[in-house]
Amino acid sequence: MANTKEKTKNKEKTRRLLNRFSRQRSNLIPTLQKVQEELGYLPREAMLEVARFLDVPDIDVYGVVTFYNQFRLNPPGKHSIRVCLGTACHMKGGYITLDAWKRRLKIDQGQTTADREFDLDTVACVGCCVMAPVTVVDGKPEGQVEPTKVDGILLSFEQERKKRGKKT
Amino acid sequence: MKATGRSTIASTFQKIKNQAELGWQELQRRRAVIMVGAATCGRAAGALEVLRAFKNELKKHNLDCPVFEVGCMGHCYAEPIVIISKPGFPPIVYQQVNPVIAKRLVREFIMGDDPCLESVLGALEANELVPSLADFPRAQFEKKIILKNCGYIDPEDIDHYIANGGYSALAKALQLTPAEIIAEIKKSGLRGRGGAGFAAGEKWATCRNASGKPKYVICNGDEGDPGAFMDRAILESDPHSVIEGMLIAGYAVGASHGYIYVRAEYPLAVHRTQLALRQARKLNLLGKSILGSDFSFDIKLFQGSGAFVCGEETALIASLEGKAGTPSHRPPYPAVSGLNGKPTLINNVKTLAFVRHIIDKGAEWFSGIGTKNSPGTAVFALAGKVVNTGLIEVPMGTTLRQVVFDVGSGIPGGKSFKAVQIGGPSGGCLPESALDLPIDFDSLAEAGAMMGSGGMIVLDEDDCMVEIARYFLEFTQRESCGKCTFCRLGTKQMLETLAEFTRGKGEIKDLDTLTELAEDIKAGSLCGLGRTAPNPVLTNLRYFRDEYEAHIKEGRCPALMCQELIAFYIIPDKCELTCDACVGTCTVEAISSHPKKRYKIIDQEKCVKCGTCLTACPPQYNAIAKLSPPSEVPK
Repeated sequence: MANTKEKTKNKEKTRRLLNRFSRQRSNLIPTLQKVQEELGYLPREAMLEVARFLDVPDIDVYGVVTFYNQFRLNPPGKHSIRVCLGTACHMKGGYITLDAWKRRLKIDQGQTTADREFDLDTVACVGCCVMAPVTVVDGKPEGQVEPTKVDGILLSFEQERKKRGKKT
Repeated sequence: MKATGRSTIASTFQKIKNQAELGWQELQRRRAVIMVGAATCGRAAGALEVLRAFKNELKKHNLDCPVFEVGCMGHCYAEPIVIISKPGFPPIVYQQVNPVIAKRLVREFIMGDDPCLESVLGALEANELVPSLADFPRAQFEKKIILKNCGYIDPEDIDHYIANGGYSALAKALQLTPAEIIAEIKKSGLRGRGGAGFAAGEKWATCRNASGKPKYVICNGDEGDPGAFMDRAILESDPHSVIEGMLIAGYAVGASHGYIYVRAEYPLAVHRTQLALRQARKLNLLGKSILGSDFSFDIKLFQGSGAFVCGEETALIASLEGKAGTPSHRPPYPAVSGLNGKPTLINNVKTLAFVRHIIDKGAEWFSGIGTKNSPGTAVFALAGKVVNTGLIEVPMGTTLRQVVFDVGSGIPGGKSFKAVQIGGPSGGCLPESALDLPIDFDSLAEAGAMMGSGGMIVLDEDDCMVEIARYFLEFTQRESCGKCTFCRLGTKQMLETLAEFTRGKGEIKDLDTLTELAEDIKAGSLCGLGRTAPNPVLTNLRYFRDEYEAHIKEGRCPALMCQELIAFYIIPDKCELTCDACVGTCTVEAISSHPKKRYKIIDQEKCVKCGTCLTACPPQYNAIAKLSPPSEVPK
């Protein structure tokens, strides 16, 4: 849960971003995208700021945020895992890959691990159908991700973390 | 336009063109030019690492050769692809290049004279050294028009586009009257490539004649069909061709503003299109008084936010206006009353990419390609169980068999063909018997499928038709905006029925209920999403009813795909006993050895049916079997 300090910080950051936009309803989606890019998600206080700035009812902002798949209401993890479930990926076992991620991370799609290291979600299609099944790891599409590769990817993150731990 | 105006346009453009050609010719004189295919698909295969390896190696040897990223050539099965042109050699295309091969190419081909033939895919022109791509058997079926530049020019450099004939159609168009342009587009017979196939010229004329100012031109790049990536490839590989199409459309309909609506899932397409817009503005190909004419037009890029329904034109407009993307009733059509209630022309990325070629080469050239009612070429994203996956462009009227077996080289792994899924969630699965169907808007619709935006997924014997129908329904049900009751509740009901089937439940009479419900949803929905959502189920039922019956009556999945209806089993007689491959790879530790006889046993309670053991078991033993129904497993 975000504490008061975090809330104020989010609010201030949102305000600063909003200054770049003109107060038009048509700017609603671009502003929300910008805020999410900065904060990683759209907390309540940020949505309220956007509503006030563009002079649209709060409910309209919430309506738009929940309508589109890209907007998220909970904070993201440090690493983002997006399992592609396009047709080609599905037919080549994307659903099995998704199961493997769920099993290993112990979370469901749309959730973030308790240590905020990973968040898991699906994506409709990233258009790399020939590399199916694809998982987008931290924005980079990885091809042929089968359950054993899931373990491999997690292992490399684990090693990186250990290395980092040694340095500090 | 007055004669003086015309000559200004021609001379202004000539100056820009000369400049661009100078740079292009300079490029051809270099020691070697290296082009790395770095569209999203190439990057996923490791193109950026290859790019870095080339740069490092060249630096190490103090060589000054230009290395740049190009888009997608369409041969996705061979990614990462690199083209090297070196004077004295034909331009050579290399396949599956990795950093090690990249280093070798620098040392042996660029510094030496050995073209490393073992990594070659083909050459770009006929020669005596390596076979050229034009000699490939598939080349006789292909005809590249809008994909011609893709993979051969730097999408981040406008000069490459101009030096290869770019923006000359715009210069030509600005010297014609809008009515002449619309007449030309009408005469060409160009039909919208977004899926429905509406005559583009008609749309343009309606928008031209509609009253209201300002008018808008929108490029629909919200390519949401899972399994389709043609628009992404074009925007990533040749963004200027779309911008030029929009400019000509804008001039023809009398618009002053344009929007390119791109999916948020395509960050690279967004980046390259933004860059292209900036470069075009700098050369006054966008902005006020373009090329010295009295035509002013500017384009903004708008990023979608992940809603499939926004590919529908009225929903897309709602999204641009900052609302939830729910479709509205047509008429009025957007061409009369669209964005902000003003006349708005919406065309798909591919439709707009065709425009410059039609203006350049004439309507007759275009209508001479393809069939009478569907002129031109069709672009497909070929994926799934096919050898040569990738992006293809074939004349309309080519048969599905030619596309799958001649261009795509058939099914890999000795499996047999089952169906080809066309048109994504709005289309359908066509079986072997429909393979000789010519590809055009009308024949496909007759067979129950749809041209759609052009995704083509090949399915083999391992793919379950009930499961694929369930998959598409899950997709449309999730993406339904919820406005129409039939679509919102009907797709949910259909999905639940199909999900029951994949678990081996349900009754035969449910098949009739399903068909009835499908017809109701088609009739009772406002937009294309709802009206076409039942298509995958209907075509599936038409051609593969026996598979549904096997699921319902026997609890058996003939394709061995539905997880609840299969089980993995290790055949004791075939198990090698001392090999531990399956035990080691099992992700849930469900495999153990028999305490005495040492053959491996799968604990069915623990097994998650991921199939990893099946791939791990060495082919000489081939000891693991998939069985359906699960009761087939011996106790």
